[in-house]
Amino acid sequence: MNTKKINRITLTALLVLGLIFPFFADYYVLCIGINVLIAALLGQSWNIMSGYAGQFSFGHAVFFGIGAYTSTALYTMFGVTPWLGMIIGAGVAAAVGAIIGFLSFRYKLRDDYFALATLAFAEIFRILVNNTKSLGGATGILIPYLQNPMEYQFASDKTYYYVILIFVALATVYIALMSKSKLGLNLVAIKGNQEAAAALGVNVLKYKLIAISSSAAFAALAGTFYAQYYGFIDPSIVFASSISVEAIVPCIIGGSGTLYGPLLGALLIIPLQEICNSLFTSISGVNMIVYGAVIVAFILFCPDGIFGRIMKIKGKKGAKK
Amino acid sequence: MNMQIFQALLDGVLMGGVYALAALGLSLIFGVMKITNFAHGAMMTVGMYTVYVVSTGLGISPYISLIFAAVTLFVLGYVIQHFLIDKISQAPTHNQLLLTLGIAYILENGLLAVFTPNYKTLEVDDFEGSIKLGQITLSPEKLVAFAVVFVVTAVIYLMLYRTRTGKAIRACSQNREGAQLMGIVIKKTNAIAFGIGALCTGIAGALLTPILSIYPTLGETFQLKCFVIAILGGMGNLWGALISGLIVGVVESVTGYVAGGSWSDLTVYAAFILILLVKPSGLFGRSNRREH
Repeated sequence: MNTKKINRITLTALLVLGLIFPFFADYYVLCIGINVLIAALLGQSWNIMSGYAGQFSFGHAVFFGIGAYTSTALYTMFGVTPWLGMIIGAGVAAAVGAIIGFLSFRYKLRDDYFALATLAFAEIFRILVNNTKSLGGATGILIPYLQNPMEYQFASDKTYYYVILIFVALATVYIALMSKSKLGLNLVAIKGNQEAAAALGVNVLKYKLIAISSSAAFAALAGTFYAQYYGFIDPSIVFASSISVEAIVPCIIGGSGTLYGPLLGALLIIPLQEICNSLFTSISGVNMIVYGAVIVAFILFCPDGIFGRIMKIKGKKGAKK
Repeated sequence: MNMQIFQALLDGVLMGGVYALAALGLSLIFGVMKITNFAHGAMMTVGMYTVYVVSTGLGISPYISLIFAAVTLFVLGYVIQHFLIDKISQAPTHNQLLLTLGIAYILENGLLAVFTPNYKTLEVDDFEGSIKLGQITLSPEKLVAFAVVFVVTAVIYLMLYRTRTGKAIRACSQNREGAQLMGIVIKKTNAIAFGIGALCTGIAGALLTPILSIYPTLGETFQLKCFVIAILGGMGNLWGALISGLIVGVVESVTGYVAGGSWSDLTVYAAFILILLVKPSGLFGRSNRREH
């Protein structure tokens, strides 16, 4: 079985599961399914920037939050439909991503320092929104629920499910096309050795900016979806560092820099947390202990993630490099 | 100068001292092992709860139970480095970062499971009231904390510069391979260094316990601040960490006074990004590792 075959089987299995899932799920399980897909979208978004382009982000919440706040503010203040707000939000997030990317490139910010800078950016946005009265400040914004599909509001959770499924599929197709294109090859080169890539004529800045901006845009889509689905946002939810971590963990589990890794990772970690929650209702914190333990276990014993490991066993270079 | 500004300055210096101690631990860990320790805040909280439990359990002063916190944290740090982080010492740095993040989740939520999310306040009867100097009010808890910070820092300094173990730690931070060739056992030295780093943040947490109400995620609020201070001072530069701890404390306190509390963090983080971009080696010169 070669890599291509594994990919094809995974794709078919995930697609079938994704499409038929709502017909077998009750309300509660469907809700978990939606959360899986939100995590998967965030994971794929992180995957573009960090898995493929090697820019380790620890502040994806900044893009998620920008997406959520742009569409919500435009909707509640000016009546702009969140469908349009979503696109504007993605644009704003991409622009912020480009600025962060440009600054870090200009000043040669790498690895852990880049991670810390992205974390600080997310914190700054959180505090800014927290102090902006017109954006609801710390109390957040409640979105009036009108059940109008034109306003990105649906009567049935099944519709929400399929909407986010489409976004996850879009992100995955984007990565699939990207990794085969010149862009993807250049990103791999940059991730491997930035100086060598630059010396060979790769426009490092351009490709990094494309990767970071597109990654930011997908995270913003997840943010808008979150706002529309839950109907309420506040700065400590959407700009939280836990969101940034939620973008990373599916990639660690499934394998960052692999096409389906984050999907598989999200499919494992979110239900696992739900199971812990329902098993230990009387003790708070158990699900997060398990969460931490899963991170520790994967980093120690399976640092390439499940897909990365499979690719390695198959002796293919394709997975990470 | 306005008296209230002076008060804010003084408060800033006193709190800054405690930040500095925690950041010093972070800086030491980074200097020796090049690990960005995301469990630092969680370890600080472990120190807080150790003091809380020992003080209320045995009915002794928090300043004596501080010793328990120091020992607990040293052991915890040693164990974490020896059994976990050391296993992936060759891995990319972001994997080490993620490992410490996972550890942070385990520690923090372990506390949450045991102690519930409720705030705990330690009643301290060591001091009566506060000290007044004219219009300036000083809390004795903060003064003692500041004094302890200086004692602990002096001890760590002496240890690093006068003992064999300390010299081994510094040797590792300057040149790991070279140190190994000289017969230094890297694994053990790393574990001790991590233990000392953990001890610093544990004592800082212990000193904050009589001042703040504690809850399991409290350390998170200090996590990023510690990074800010450590990087401002130059990662691995211990004196730099001390001085920038005071700077951050003052900046925070004065912005808090001038513009309101919620803006103080913003100033600190914005300055942080600026430092990261413009001078990642910190305020004090080029070298990350001071050589003596």
